Amino acid sequence: MTYTFGLDTFGDRNSDAGGTPLSHAQTIRNVVEEGVFAEQAGLDFFGIGEHHTDYFPMPAGDVVLAAIAARTEKIRLGSAVTVLSSDDPVRVFQRYSTLDAVSGGRAEVILGRGSSIESFPLFGYDLADYEELFDEKATLFAELLKGGPVTWEGKTRAPLLHQDVVPHLESGPFPAWIGVGGNPQSVIRAARLGFGLALAIIGGPPARFAAYSELFRRALEKFGQPPRPVLVHSPGHVAATDEQAKAEFWPRWRETIALVAEERGFAIPTEASFDRETGPDGALYVGSPETVARKIAANMQTLEAGRFDLKYGLPGLTHEQLMTSIELYGQRVVPRVRELLG
Amino acid sequence: MYRRTEYKRGKVRFAAMQRTGKLAVLGAGHVGPVIARLAIRAGYPVAIATSGDPDDIALITELVIPGAQPRWASDAVADADTVVLAMPLHRFLDVDPGLLAGKLVVDAMNYWPASDGVLPAFEDGASKGIGSSEIVARRLTGSAVVKALNHIGYHELEEWARPADAPDRRATGLAGDDPAAVAAVAELTDRIGYDPVPLGSLRAARVLQPGGPVFGQVLTLPEFERAVYEDARALR
Repeated sequence: MTYTFGLDTFGDRNSDAGGTPLSHAQTIRNVVEEGVFAEQAGLDFFGIGEHHTDYFPMPAGDVVLAAIAARTEKIRLGSAVTVLSSDDPVRVFQRYSTLDAVSGGRAEVILGRGSSIESFPLFGYDLADYEELFDEKATLFAELLKGGPVTWEGKTRAPLLHQDVVPHLESGPFPAWIGVGGNPQSVIRAARLGFGLALAIIGGPPARFAAYSELFRRALEKFGQPPRPVLVHSPGHVAATDEQAKAEFWPRWRETIALVAEERGFAIPTEASFDRETGPDGALYVGSPETVARKIAANMQTLEAGRFDLKYGLPGLTHEQLMTSIELYGQRVVPRVRELLG
Repeated sequence: MYRRTEYKRGKVRFAAMQRTGKLAVLGAGHVGPVIARLAIRAGYPVAIATSGDPDDIALITELVIPGAQPRWASDAVADADTVVLAMPLHRFLDVDPGLLAGKLVVDAMNYWPASDGVLPAFEDGASKGIGSSEIVARRLTGSAVVKALNHIGYHELEEWARPADAPDRRATGLAGDDPAAVAAVAELTDRIGYDPVPLGSLRAARVLQPGGPVFGQVLTLPEFERAVYEDARALR
């Protein structure tokens, strides 16, 4: 198996060293620098997740990715995730096929139903239609990716009749994944439509997702699809020592989860729950390069994953802390994971 | 404190029924498979169903819920003593109440507008402080409805299940208007790995809802009792 490694951000709003939040605009410019630096640190992928909040001011990640594309050569660039349910699949395809053109064939998308759901009221979608919106739009997106004129009819957007959707793909479909948070029916859908499987593991023991990798492989066979890769996306932070990484990450983690807890039903983390999540059986990759590398290698093996994307940063961390985390992840963690995986 | 004597009496009365109790879990999304796995581990025969063809969930059942039987919902319910509602609440509105008549129904669903959108059938009640399970029960007039297994996140529900004698065992609340049904569901939650805390009538289930003191929390028995005591007493 070939292994690849990426970084994801939600445009987590930076603070300065004194703890004062930076502007949305400065945070976005910092993300551009982080994406460019990710390539220099040797990483394979840089992803931006769609969010619409004061602490994640990142609704138009494709624009930011285009800026990164202009200053990089090799790194692949994509969404992580695009909330497809509250977007137009034709428009998403156009934005990312344009990014594919700008970047010389480096675009990807991870499509999600949206476990963060602030885009639904913003764009006038009803959360009760969550399932139908995603199913229809993901099906249309799979058609668009094939290239050529598209004929489609459904309930969630205007029909298409032999529609030529531009820009045409230069070198075939770009990689597309479906983000899954724990619903096995979403795994089946990813296989049926021929997308990759992106497992978003943000709490609890990652090993419980091993059955989902197996389910995905078996479902691909059942639907006559070629093999597709499994990707693991999890939050983390790398610093020189375990103690420093945890000391930087923990207060920001507690604040961030408290902010999203109400709408997503998360429990407010305690020091005990944080210790569990940062330990060998938890979902957070927080620590020294060696600690983080061992955990990534172990979980990639358990989950038979070909790619690992570290969701770095949190609202309130400084740009400098993030640059250190990126450098250590790219130059120390990833080479060590490759060594451990053989 | 929470009708504990009643629970204990009920436990004796319903022990025989629960030994042979068969479960039908309706819903194969986030929550249904977790409850199904826990119940299988506790020794219950479990059928799982969605609104569609059981063939569509055959692979999921084989790999993610080994030991469960994928069936049509009507067949699964017909053969079950206990039916667990683990579908999104808006899908519940499509369920024929007649299908569930005469059954013990565990309502593991939540009305959670911030996450799942506003549902008029539940919003009117919610604006008057009426709990979602009370509205579920009004639709299921022929069933004994017990709210349970709704307030712990689905992955935590599996992670924290412990045998009865474990020192770090956690508690979970339940409530219903039929004390015998509550006792039977208390037995179920006990066997799948949690200290049951019967809170009283279905009205008291409001304490277990989103926004309540234990929603999203995984607490020990003393912590749980402290968290709900005032609210539950007010709702008796």
